[in-house]
Amino acid sequence: MASVCMYFQVHQPYRLRKYSIFDSGHNYFDDERNAEICRKVAHKCYLPANQCILEQIRLHEGRFRVSFSLTGVVLDQFAEYCPEVIDSFRRLAETGCVEFLAETYYHSLAFLRSATEFEAQVAMHRKKIESLFGATSRIFRNTELIYNNDVAAAAHRLGFVGVLSEGADHLLGYRSPNFTYRPPGVPITLLLKNYRLSDDIAFRFSDRNWSEWPLTAEKFAGWVNQVNGCGHVVNLFMDYETFGEHQWVETGIFDFVRALPGAVMAASRDNGFKMPSEVVEAVPPAGELDVPHLISWADTERDLSAWLGNAMQSHSLQEAFNLEEAVKATDDDLLLTDWRRLLTSDHYYYMCTKYFADGDVHKYFNPYDSPYDSYINFMNVLDSVAARTK
Amino acid sequence: MNVFMLGWEFPPFISGGLGTACYGLTRALNEMGHRIIFVLPQPINAPETAHVQIRTPSDRPGALKTYNSYRLEEFQNVEFHAIPSAMQPYSQSTPGGWQSRIHADQRVVAEPRQTVVDDGSPEGPGAPASHRSGGGIAAGHYGGNMFADIQRYAEIAIDLARGENFDIVHAHDWMTFPAGLAVARTFGRPLVVQIHSTEFDRSGENVDRRIYQIEREGVATADRVIAVSYFTRNILINRYAADADRIDVVYNAIDNNGGNYVLPPPIRRDEKIVLFLGRITMQKGPEYFLAAAKAVLQFEKNVRFVMAGSGDMIRRSIELAAELGIGHKVVFTGFLRGEDVARVFRMADLYVMPSVSEPFGIAPLEALANDVPALISRQSGVSEILSHVLKVDFWDINEMANKIVAVLRHPPLQSTLREHGNFEIRKLTWRGAAENCTRVYEKTLSQPRRQVI
Repeated sequence: MASVCMYFQVHQPYRLRKYSIFDSGHNYFDDERNAEICRKVAHKCYLPANQCILEQIRLHEGRFRVSFSLTGVVLDQFAEYCPEVIDSFRRLAETGCVEFLAETYYHSLAFLRSATEFEAQVAMHRKKIESLFGATSRIFRNTELIYNNDVAAAAHRLGFVGVLSEGADHLLGYRSPNFTYRPPGVPITLLLKNYRLSDDIAFRFSDRNWSEWPLTAEKFAGWVNQVNGCGHVVNLFMDYETFGEHQWVETGIFDFVRALPGAVMAASRDNGFKMPSEVVEAVPPAGELDVPHLISWADTERDLSAWLGNAMQSHSLQEAFNLEEAVKATDDDLLLTDWRRLLTSDHYYYMCTKYFADGDVHKYFNPYDSPYDSYINFMNVLDSVAARTK
Repeated sequence: MNVFMLGWEFPPFISGGLGTACYGLTRALNEMGHRIIFVLPQPINAPETAHVQIRTPSDRPGALKTYNSYRLEEFQNVEFHAIPSAMQPYSQSTPGGWQSRIHADQRVVAEPRQTVVDDGSPEGPGAPASHRSGGGIAAGHYGGNMFADIQRYAEIAIDLARGENFDIVHAHDWMTFPAGLAVARTFGRPLVVQIHSTEFDRSGENVDRRIYQIEREGVATADRVIAVSYFTRNILINRYAADADRIDVVYNAIDNNGGNYVLPPPIRRDEKIVLFLGRITMQKGPEYFLAAAKAVLQFEKNVRFVMAGSGDMIRRSIELAAELGIGHKVVFTGFLRGEDVARVFRMADLYVMPSVSEPFGIAPLEALANDVPALISRQSGVSEILSHVLKVDFWDINEMANKIVAVLRHPPLQSTLREHGNFEIRKLTWRGAAENCTRVYEKTLSQPRRQVI
């Protein structure tokens, strides 16, 4: 029996506006641009993709099921710029076939620097999801699937039954991501991304140089079906923006989504879809997986180098967390929110110098011309935040 | 390949990017095995230097005895021929430079032309009209007028080329274009002209029409044109009506062996240093540097601005620093060379190139090779090939100050720029430039000769 477990990440950061040493205001964020991007992606991706999934859930009478992780910052921006997206997710929630995962509210790297802040953000996010969708998250995914044994322990301590991570080769070795695993000494279930099949959709779907292009739902369902006999679950984890934003509507990505549930279930009677908490219940861990070092789902390195790969990144992250106590001591909620928005991982990703000269996927997501410009801008904002604590 | 190269300065005469580029390119072409006849103007009154070894003073019968031929040990395939001339690539070494001489020229332009003193050598049918009809001035004698000097240079170059074996003529910048054209026509060889800077870069909108005409004719007549950047290529297309299909870009380079470990300065000072290094002329944007310095000083007090170089705006710059009230924070070192350049780089925390119009800009590469991060103007050719530098529009004083302050305040920014920058320039070698240049030669030789009347 092979179950497909789909999880889509939904996130948009609060991008900073241009903030130079000559600026002194407390309006750090590029409201206009953030609104524009939010609305643009809503119309290209979130709304049509939600509609597409809703239709499939109805068509297959509940046998098609998916999960989402929506960051607190994207939900805040939806509320402000395009509330119809929240309504659309609510309609999905009402089907009972959609699970919402837990994460840090600010899509932050807090786990790496402050346990207090990490727990506070997870609690904030849980509350937000409960208030919007009426469900309590039982599965945790850390920002960018950053994971090690300590993440599992923290997730268990906070009451989660499952945690998601990357099925990195260097971690698994001969083992397959199509089973569940258990971290050493912690009773929690680990779900690992099948990055080959996930990336076939997320990155290669429209690549005409790819030998498998064009990818049909039937072909993909065949690959899923091959898992039968050597695994129980195929974890397809990807950014939700894959649908309509990274892979444009013209590539046929929505047709693929419409055809996939039927094709997977047609390939074998045993095949079906499960939400992460259903996987945890149905698929007992095949063994123990020890992950002492931090991994993530980013780049080919699957490590933290996209956020902490150079001196600017580690410095700015450290400087940001150095302000934690001072910011919290002010009891100034606006200041606290501003500071927390600076903890969002994207700001550090923009400072990444890996591949910068080659021009690649990092550039696509980057509002800055260069990692240096992004660091300079960020540090100017951080200086202003620091000044407000005095 | 045998190349008749009309170039510029060689060490120890190098005073700027044009000389550095000619030197680097020629050395790499030499290493690739090309044979080069390298003709260059020899500054009048320049002291003979020990390392120039004169082996074969020209004594061919009947020749104009107006040049020195020699070889250099590290250039096995290059014959050098230095023609005494007042031609200089820049206006920096003498006050006012050739620009002031052009003004002198304008005063005498109505004077009747002197007839060439014939040297008795047989004139081929292809000799330029000017040579036959007396367009030049007395050979071997500097007439004190720039355009005549350029013409005279062309005539000596033709004489020098006689009897030499070469496949192609390669001329660097406008003052050698008439010579390049004359040699190419006389001996029926294709011409490549290389543009290291245009009159618009040097003079803004106040171009000298005659220089513009020489540049335009060179670009229009040459079989192929090498621009040192797309920035320059665009100027040639837009302002010289150049044929885009005939222009190739060959970027300049730097020879950095990569193991260039620079010792930290002996005394750790608490004062930071921001460096301007280059000719202090309109083109280089010294006034933008000073305006940014003023803005930086509002935020950071412990910083000194060093302006290394000379040029026709040095006096104005000193006055401007005083007017801005930052005279005590700005140091003018004058023109630096050799070890002094390395020393001033070693002291600097940041190198700034605020050029208004920079066809290439080799100095930022030198800064990076010396482990100094660079902030460069977007209006430069070098910004097309560097990623690990800070970039700014030259007119955006506040943004320039913003970035300078960031480097001064945040050591991680400085160290990241330094590490990546030093690594990035390792792929920008003169060997690579010479290979690109060779491809241009091959393209030139394989295309049909242009019919130029």
